[in-house]
Amino acid sequence: MAGHAKPMSKDELWGGGQSPFSITYGKMMMWYFLVSDALTFGGLLVAYGVIRHGSTDPWPVGEQVFEALPGLHGSYPLMYVALMTFILIISSVTMVLAVEAGHRNDKKGVVKWLGYTVLGGFFFLGSQAWEWSHFIHGSGGGFQLSAPVTVTAIDSKGQGMQMNLAAGTWVHMESEFGHAYEHALEGHAAHAGEAHGEHGHADADHAHTDASTLVPEALIINKYTLVREGDKDIFKMKVQGEDAKKLWDAKAQNTVVFGANLSKNEYAVQQQYANFFFFVTGFHGFHVFSGVVINIIVWLMAIRGVFERRGHYEMIEKIGLYWHFVDLVWVFVFTFFYLV
Amino acid sequence: MGASAEHTHAHGHDHGHHHEESFISKYVFSQDHKMISKQFLITAIFMGIIAVMLSIFFRLQLGWPGESFGILNFFLGDKWAPNGVMNGNAYLAMVTIHGTIMVFFVLTGGLSGTFANLLIPLQIGARDMASGFLNMLSFWFFLVSSIIMVASLFVEGGAASGGWTVYPPLSALPQAMPGSGTGMTLWLISMVLFVASSLLGGLNYIVTIINLRTKGMKMTRLPLTMWAIFVTAILGVLSFPVLVSAVVLLLMDRSFGTAFYLSDIFIEGQALDVTGGSPLLYQHLFWFLGHPEVYIVLLPALGISSEVISTNSRKPIFGYKAMVGSILAIGFLSFIVWGHHMYVTGMNPFIGSVFVFTTLLIAIPSAVKAFNYITTLWQGNIRFTPAMLFSIGLVSTFVTGGLTGIILADSALDVNVHDTYFVVAHFHIVMGMSAIFGMLAGIYHWFPKMYGRMLNTKLGYAHFWLTLVCGYGVFFPMHFVGMAGAPRRYYSYSEFGFLDWVMDLNPVISTFAIVGGAAQILFLFNFFHSIWFGQVATQNPWGSNTLEWTTPVKGIHGNWPGAIPEVHRWAYDYSNPEHEEDFVPQVVPLKAGEHGH
Repeated sequence: MAGHAKPMSKDELWGGGQSPFSITYGKMMMWYFLVSDALTFGGLLVAYGVIRHGSTDPWPVGEQVFEALPGLHGSYPLMYVALMTFILIISSVTMVLAVEAGHRNDKKGVVKWLGYTVLGGFFFLGSQAWEWSHFIHGSGGGFQLSAPVTVTAIDSKGQGMQMNLAAGTWVHMESEFGHAYEHALEGHAAHAGEAHGEHGHADADHAHTDASTLVPEALIINKYTLVREGDKDIFKMKVQGEDAKKLWDAKAQNTVVFGANLSKNEYAVQQQYANFFFFVTGFHGFHVFSGVVINIIVWLMAIRGVFERRGHYEMIEKIGLYWHFVDLVWVFVFTFFYLV
Repeated sequence: MGASAEHTHAHGHDHGHHHEESFISKYVFSQDHKMISKQFLITAIFMGIIAVMLSIFFRLQLGWPGESFGILNFFLGDKWAPNGVMNGNAYLAMVTIHGTIMVFFVLTGGLSGTFANLLIPLQIGARDMASGFLNMLSFWFFLVSSIIMVASLFVEGGAASGGWTVYPPLSALPQAMPGSGTGMTLWLISMVLFVASSLLGGLNYIVTIINLRTKGMKMTRLPLTMWAIFVTAILGVLSFPVLVSAVVLLLMDRSFGTAFYLSDIFIEGQALDVTGGSPLLYQHLFWFLGHPEVYIVLLPALGISSEVISTNSRKPIFGYKAMVGSILAIGFLSFIVWGHHMYVTGMNPFIGSVFVFTTLLIAIPSAVKAFNYITTLWQGNIRFTPAMLFSIGLVSTFVTGGLTGIILADSALDVNVHDTYFVVAHFHIVMGMSAIFGMLAGIYHWFPKMYGRMLNTKLGYAHFWLTLVCGYGVFFPMHFVGMAGAPRRYYSYSEFGFLDWVMDLNPVISTFAIVGGAAQILFLFNFFHSIWFGQVATQNPWGSNTLEWTTPVKGIHGNWPGAIPEVHRWAYDYSNPEHEEDFVPQVVPLKAGEHGH
């Protein structure tokens, strides 16, 4: 269809005997599939929006939850996910270059650029695994108050203010203390079970730390959520010394949680935040995973010269469409789960 | 089919000679659209038999509550029907699986799968579907999902019992009722596979119609069956993925401890540890599919009846462009009306009124279609073939059921009869009977194309009249039962004194249901007997214009032995005064000076 001298009229184009869009059925199917898949993601993201909008509890702020970099301490809000996103977008660029090489029937070029695309995909998947494990592990953990407490909380500028915290308010531990406390609780549990005798022996130092003797020097209020009172953002307030002990004494034991699982998480009062994070990023990750697998298969086919014998590299275009789509979806997922 | 070796076989690919096919590649893993269509049809017929039997079982309970029936004990066993009385859990499972099978497996997979596969390549002039392999895959997904759905009837706890819409929390909590256990999980898995099948099929249908029309087959010359199937496939591709979202979230809630649809649930006084979810979210996601699904079921039937009515009235279809336009309009509107299933969910009345408006708009294209059918029949030289009778029956049920649709579209009226037998009557007539009639019309009309033999006409007449009378006999009285206030899906109504006076109708309804169900045996006999012993079909038994009747009676792989014919006119050149015959097939070139369409 490529060599028509003059453009055809609409009537001729749709008159049968040829593809009106001058594309093969395979590519067209891929387009319609992507439309369909877009609606699946649309359904999920709308569901997320509905639940989030209808939630009466404050929703965690992305840059507070995701602020870690592998191997580094300190706060780097959204740095890692920005890197992931960047790599994924770069992998789309390499995919474009692979498609372009395919147009020129340049086998070496296809193999090279598709190879880089696969690498990018692996980097993204690995990063997502790290991001998930960080999310699941959490940083410090938190608990809810069993009774109302009045404390003096200090904001980031060092200004103190009197706060009346209702029962059920979410209070977070600092990460170092939280980890020690989590460890002590686990050690206690291991110690209690005689079956773990050997383990308890090797870990004797920790096992002897009784969780109930640990008292935090400081606790944090509104660690992940932004609350406004009047014209003031009450955000990440520190509570120290005696006041911290007051909060600690008022903790509801059954609400202590470290990190996130499907029924509880330290980031939000309700479970929906983690539920949707896991499911939607997981569903997207599954798409990336499928894409990487498909890319590898096509890459191997390209190496073995299948497309060279076929005379065209249209397969690269088809998987390219899918790969760009997965990228595009990530832009939305990223926006809704990290930025908004 | 195609065993004759002498024909020259110009396949789309370059193998010119006919290669012998093994039994497996010809009948089992076939990639030929005609065989796949038969596979869909036969599977759907078996699913239909199961669904009709289930409906008869629960109609026995409704007609004569608490009475003992040996047949129930025979089929359901001591567990589900001790002493021949169906128990409540079995009743709910039967109702649910009846609905699921009928809506998805018979009227979506069966109807679209059969006629899209059979007719698309034949009517647009193509050797086969765009991708024979994906087409085969579509059938196998369908078969596996059918098997899982039927298997779910036999698991501990029984099949899914929350109604075919499987609303949470009933469906989300395995401990909610026996049918919410393994049966429910299988239902969801089956549905995901079904959607995969539907997606693969739909992509193929769309792409084939766009890309593979023969020379001269402009979009404006497509038979209306093609338009209907085309729009149906688009609806499926756009709406089923949202069902996938809904279903996978539900699977997560059931099996992995999330709570997308759950909040503040108490079981036996114990609060579950779930917060923040919304059962209404599921309903929105479900009905975003669910309403287009109604038209996915109905449009192919309307397309088939357009074709059959025009052919057998020996008249061009009245208002071809209006018919195409109304198909497109119905397709578009079907996406913005889902809220009318949810008027009683506490929806904001303003939003409700928006949905009332969009829903009532659908009456316009629907009325255009009904009007055009009648005007096509008007002063036609009508041939009452069984297919024609079923098509006219469709027009009747489409109007009858459509009228109650106007009542249900109005939220102020709907709240009075919501989830009563009035609704059951409405959708069974407008969607159940109409779509089944369309499907049966299609089978009677294209049986010669499928098997090269004719169905017995006399049995066809008997089948039609019994089905029509029994269908109305079942569903018409339900309007009154519903208006009296009887809620649907109840196991027994004996506890409600105010309903006693209408409950006398139930034995009548059940009797019609049993007779109507038994009448289908005529069809089954006719169908399976005629495959081998029917009268051998002629080339063009109905004197029809469309391309499929130019292919050999014994279908061959690749459809046309020589070149694919070119198309010169539209599909509805019946009783054209410029021609002697009362039909002019699409392949006949225009005469000098003839004004083509």
